[in-house]
Amino acid sequence: MAGICIVATALDGAVSRSSLELVGGGRALGASLGAGVAALLLGSGPGMPEATEALHQHGVSAVYRVTDPTLTAGQTDAWLIAVEQIVRAVGPEIVLISADTVGRELAPRLAHRLGAALVTECVEMATEGQEIIVKRQVYGGRALATLAVARRPLVLSVKPRALDAPEPAPTPGKVEDVAVTIDVTALPARVREIHREKSEVGLEDAPVVVAGGRGLGGPEGFKVIEELAAALGGAVGSSRPPADAGWVPISWQIGQTGKTVRPALYIAVGISGATQHTAGVSGSRTIVAINRDPEAPIFSLAHLGIVGDYREIVPLLTAKVKELKGG
Amino acid sequence: MDIIVCVKQVVDPELPLRDFAIDPVTRRQVREGRPLVISTYDENALEVALQIKDRSGAKVTVLTIGPQARVGDAIRLALAMGADDAVVIDESKSPDLLGADKARILAAAVRRIGRYDLVLCGCESADWVERAVAPLLAEMLGASCVTFVSRAETAGGTLVVRRTADDGFHELDVRLPAVLSVTSDDANRPRLPKVKDIVGAKRKPVQTWARADLAVESGSHEASGVEVREVVVPQRTAKCELLPGDPAEQVAALGQRLRDLKLL
Repeated sequence: MAGICIVATALDGAVSRSSLELVGGGRALGASLGAGVAALLLGSGPGMPEATEALHQHGVSAVYRVTDPTLTAGQTDAWLIAVEQIVRAVGPEIVLISADTVGRELAPRLAHRLGAALVTECVEMATEGQEIIVKRQVYGGRALATLAVARRPLVLSVKPRALDAPEPAPTPGKVEDVAVTIDVTALPARVREIHREKSEVGLEDAPVVVAGGRGLGGPEGFKVIEELAAALGGAVGSSRPPADAGWVPISWQIGQTGKTVRPALYIAVGISGATQHTAGVSGSRTIVAINRDPEAPIFSLAHLGIVGDYREIVPLLTAKVKELKGG
Repeated sequence: MDIIVCVKQVVDPELPLRDFAIDPVTRRQVREGRPLVISTYDENALEVALQIKDRSGAKVTVLTIGPQARVGDAIRLALAMGADDAVVIDESKSPDLLGADKARILAAAVRRIGRYDLVLCGCESADWVERAVAPLLAEMLGASCVTFVSRAETAGGTLVVRRTADDGFHELDVRLPAVLSVTSDDANRPRLPKVKDIVGAKRKPVQTWARADLAVESGSHEASGVEVREVVVPQRTAKCELLPGDPAEQVAALGQRLRDLKLL
């Protein structure tokens, strides 16, 4: 019996980075609880053997693998059937799920079905005796709550990019292929279409992120910061108002509701710094703010700031970056 | 179609940081003297319901849990926006309850309301941000579940929704009854009520039920097994260095600093 079970996904032919983050979190918990880490690996097609190997390479002792054509992006009802069946059979004390598109639906529903305790959107995990101590952001990132859970089983969902991906720790492990019967026509909610917004550099993994806010004034403002991002080899994101206004795709949104980013360099342009947004960027190594309003709260988070009009500042900065990178 | 929209009152999340404080005893935000608003995404949920009502007709009921004396403004706004009636579950401890407890109370209230095809919630509350109420409620009611929905359309007894995903969006066919959590997008910006609607809202029916009168399944903080041990406001240690000069000088200084930090 495994003490800790992570739910891992392989949708693009490789194990996802957030799955590896769960492995890292599970290993740390397991070390202090004296428990091993098992993984449920779910996916629909190619890449499952490689993903299994990657899990073993990162310290997972047992991989329970379900390969089924219904286990595709966003098909939560199918994931729930598979995960519930295996978790009941394996009987872990703690289940870790990444709080991504599927995970944020899956974790509460699984907890309810198992009669398990539930904590969502964790950013830190530790143990104190037999108690699990988790931290999560509350009040739009203005405060950090520490929760203690003694009850088992326990389902934890973990915010993507809150934990570091672990160092390799090759473990001789076993694999068990599990058959799960899923009738797609019986699923209460069925994905009929998937629209992926292409991004050249994934926002969550980009070393540099340039984000724009309401202060850009409209979708054309994003063209200006896209040029800066391109010069820096980074990705473009936004705070909530531009996504709400339809200036940019919602998948660009960074913050409490959107993505969490932790780049080496984060540049906020025309972003006031509402906690809704800063909750998703505060882990960035260096934060630069460009804003016309010297009183904007973003300056209380930033390390370096420029008070000025982005229309003037950003093109100059793009040119400066090209000059410095070229020379 | 019968739609129930769950709304919650929270302390205005845009309140300046200096007015934000944690009560050391309850380990929750101090609410006294702070303005209360409808939690951000709950208004988007109501807007999605009202759009269905506008297009194909529906009865929209607003459901809230709260100390009865404090929820009046939220209910009046929701009714003025176009909800047909409201149910208030009077529970003085509601601001301290976690999602699992809230979901149990809501499930009991939905069962007592009886008829429903859709229950809509905000995708997350502005205070505790658990994102758990809608999926838990769906399980308790045995209904379909989709979270982070931005658009929903009904046609001939079926429901098609758009869900915001990490890398784009998904369209799903959903069997009714369903519980959806709603996130914002440009298609569901909450409408502003007109003056005549604000006046008319006063005549719409509001029922108040005591929590004790509901058949709430057992479960409490202690039983849910999660103890809130501490809530702290992190101290900001970073001190922002504002770069002086005209734009060219500011940019030159920034370029140099980024180079010093080996970021360029």
